[in-house]
Amino acid sequence: MSAPSAVNTPQQVAGRRANSPHTSMFVRMLIRAAVLRRGRAASALLAMVVAAAVATAMMNLYVDVQAKLRTEFRNYGANVVVVAKESQSLPANALGKIDSALGPKTLAVPFSYAVARTQDGQSVVVVGTDFTRARQLNHWWNVTRWPETSTTASLHPAQDNPNEAAQQISPAHNAAAERRNSLAQRVSAGKESPSTGVPSGTPLPALVGMRAAAVATPDRKPFDLTFQGRTLQLAPAGLLQTGAGEDSRIYLDQSEFQNWTGVAPSTIEIAVNGSTEEIEQGIHQLAQALPTADVRPVRQIMEAEANVLNKTRATLYAAATLIVLTAALCVLATLIGWVFDRRRDFAIMKALGASERLVNGFFAAEAAALGAIGAVLGFAIGIGVAAWIGRVNFHAPVVPRFSVFPYVLAGSILVALISAVLPIGLLRRVQPAIILRGE
Amino acid sequence: MFPRLVYESFRRQTRRKLLAGVAITLGVAVATAMIAVATDIGDKINRELRSYGANLIVTPQEDTLDVEIGGVNLKPPSDGAFLNEADLSKIRGTFWHHNIVGFSPMLPVTASLGGDLNHTVPVVGTYFSKQLRFGKDDFVTGVRITHPWWKVRGAWPDDNSQDVLVGEHIAAKLAVNPGDALVFAGKEHRVSGILSTGAAEDDQIVAPLALAQEILGKPGAVRRIYVSALTKPEDPLARRDPKTMNPELFDRWYCSPYVQSIAYQLQEAIPHSHAEQIRQVAQNEGTILSRIKGLMLLVTLAALFASALAVSAAMATAIFERRVEVGLMRALGAGSFPVAALFFAEALLLALFGGVAGFAAGSLLAHQIGRSIFNSQISIEPVLFPIILAIAVVVTFAGSAAAIRRAVKFDPVFALRGEA
Repeated sequence: MSAPSAVNTPQQVAGRRANSPHTSMFVRMLIRAAVLRRGRAASALLAMVVAAAVATAMMNLYVDVQAKLRTEFRNYGANVVVVAKESQSLPANALGKIDSALGPKTLAVPFSYAVARTQDGQSVVVVGTDFTRARQLNHWWNVTRWPETSTTASLHPAQDNPNEAAQQISPAHNAAAERRNSLAQRVSAGKESPSTGVPSGTPLPALVGMRAAAVATPDRKPFDLTFQGRTLQLAPAGLLQTGAGEDSRIYLDQSEFQNWTGVAPSTIEIAVNGSTEEIEQGIHQLAQALPTADVRPVRQIMEAEANVLNKTRATLYAAATLIVLTAALCVLATLIGWVFDRRRDFAIMKALGASERLVNGFFAAEAAALGAIGAVLGFAIGIGVAAWIGRVNFHAPVVPRFSVFPYVLAGSILVALISAVLPIGLLRRVQPAIILRGE
Repeated sequence: MFPRLVYESFRRQTRRKLLAGVAITLGVAVATAMIAVATDIGDKINRELRSYGANLIVTPQEDTLDVEIGGVNLKPPSDGAFLNEADLSKIRGTFWHHNIVGFSPMLPVTASLGGDLNHTVPVVGTYFSKQLRFGKDDFVTGVRITHPWWKVRGAWPDDNSQDVLVGEHIAAKLAVNPGDALVFAGKEHRVSGILSTGAAEDDQIVAPLALAQEILGKPGAVRRIYVSALTKPEDPLARRDPKTMNPELFDRWYCSPYVQSIAYQLQEAIPHSHAEQIRQVAQNEGTILSRIKGLMLLVTLAALFASALAVSAAMATAIFERRVEVGLMRALGAGSFPVAALFFAEALLLALFGGVAGFAAGSLLAHQIGRSIFNSQISIEPVLFPIILAIAVVVTFAGSAAAIRRAVKFDPVFALRGEA
């Protein structure tokens, strides 16, 4: 251990040492210290790496989980509603304005309402909407089969539920042909064939609420609805169950609905992604873009989301703090042991006449190097851990946050420095001779 | 001799032992707190999710179709069937009544505003914070529990009074302030507060249930009941039709707090009723809940890992510093087994002391987290104590093992010469 590299003759070594600049001695000491005590250095580095990795993973999660949970919360549906102000109507291009004001991440679904009468004179609410959009917004709607619509491709396919994607209507299909086919099936399924070949065209596919179906079409056959004297034949393409007001309504495609009733959308439900501030900003933008409309947040959704999210964030914060503290403690314990263990090096350096500053600088540089290397390695591992947690729990990887790196680096070096300085402070009071004598 | 060695080791090296003990205590404390929080977080978040409001709705079985657009009822209010108010408290008698956080009845009616018979205003009768009694059981329920996002400027009305809340949109139109009098349904009523909900109620008057029944002329009538219940996330069993189950399976289904089985029990408790889940609320809470629970589980694993590492590091350091001592013992003729036994005995003692102290500190920490974040207790299962203690001992042993092996293997001559 005391023997230096044996290959060189003393002359060679002396010559090299005389020629080499002073700083290289410092670097050499650093490197030799690490190489000669591989085991201890490695265990110190390991502790450093693990601590940095855990800290990185926790910070990454803490930043990213909120975004992840917000996407989950968007399954609750719209958090902003745009309604026409009294005695005014929404502009025809309202939907386009909303899309351009809020960007592609938001999902806006128009709804228009009218009260029609069934054949036996019962009032029923008929709603015109965009089925593709409504389906993406309202994941909780329990629908036996979505009607095929003329508006084909899904606008935000990524948001769609994967197991629903299988049922997604292929845009290549000719909607009209499909409609006729499905009608033929339905007709053959019902035993008596209704008046086929009606000149006014085939019945329009409609999504019928559970309770509305019990009134309008108990046998699931095409039925007539009358609105201001105009009769429309509808075929129940699917049944809708939500447990709320939707169950008493009949949903139609917006353009067909408008052809029939002439009623334009009066309500637009919007799912705005983002934090409370971002949503409030979005509401403000919308209010400016649509002066004739009332833009209001859905308090039930917004407040509950903020509540649950805040609690989760606070818990995660507490957990992250505890974990980072424990990791720092681990590093502290290991490094203090490591430095303490090298009190002989310290004593020899001092006995050979090294200044206090040099010795302190040496140990500090060693600790800083250890902290930096540990931080870089730990950061890489920590990002991997965070990504894994994201994949396991949210089925989407956590995006690496490089903004976290400076904090991890600074923290690691700081902890390493503290753990180097503490034992040196203790050792300074001791005479080198006493340490070298082995006491 | 052996106990004395251990005793002296603790007596003479108080500082070192204290350091290792502190590390173990901290590690165990973090582990205890995290396990306690992770096991309880599902319950806590489930309760927080109730701020989304009711997840079940009870309607009369023979109800006619709702004709409602944007919260405005276009159906004559007396049309259709009603539930009986007297049956409400029976909700408290269902199997899962402990899971039912609250319920509020609703009775929408219309009333003429002021003296003008043509100008009508929708009025909803409900419970605000009603004192009810089922058997010997007193409880409070109403919209203040089931609709936590309702904000009132002024005061909430008393359920037994004739005072009302006025939705903020009508209040702005009529320039009504809390404390004013408002004439509707031919009578003067005191407005105790202005209600803001961000939904249809902003255009309505919300009154005590008895007042709405009086306006409708049907005492005891209730149109629908919103029920807020703590439920278990849906699984394949939950979705099955109870009619197709065998008795054994049915019992299991009935005795699980699925939203479906609670709906079934509500239907049993309230005559002529139909109970259904409000899918927007009920379907989504399961996913949110499992995501947050999963997250906390993984974070807890990270915490356990970090604290195990901290404990091992502290132990390894403490043992490594004592090579000279080992060398002396070996030189005096001690075999490697007694030396290892000494270290393990010390580790065991440290682990036990640290474990007990850490468990206490961790319980306190978990309690603080519960208090400051969730405003409620985080219960720590007593069964956790032996588990935590066992984990502490195992981790301390595992952390010491490598260091002990190296210390024992070290040549006593080098150790005594001080050439470590």
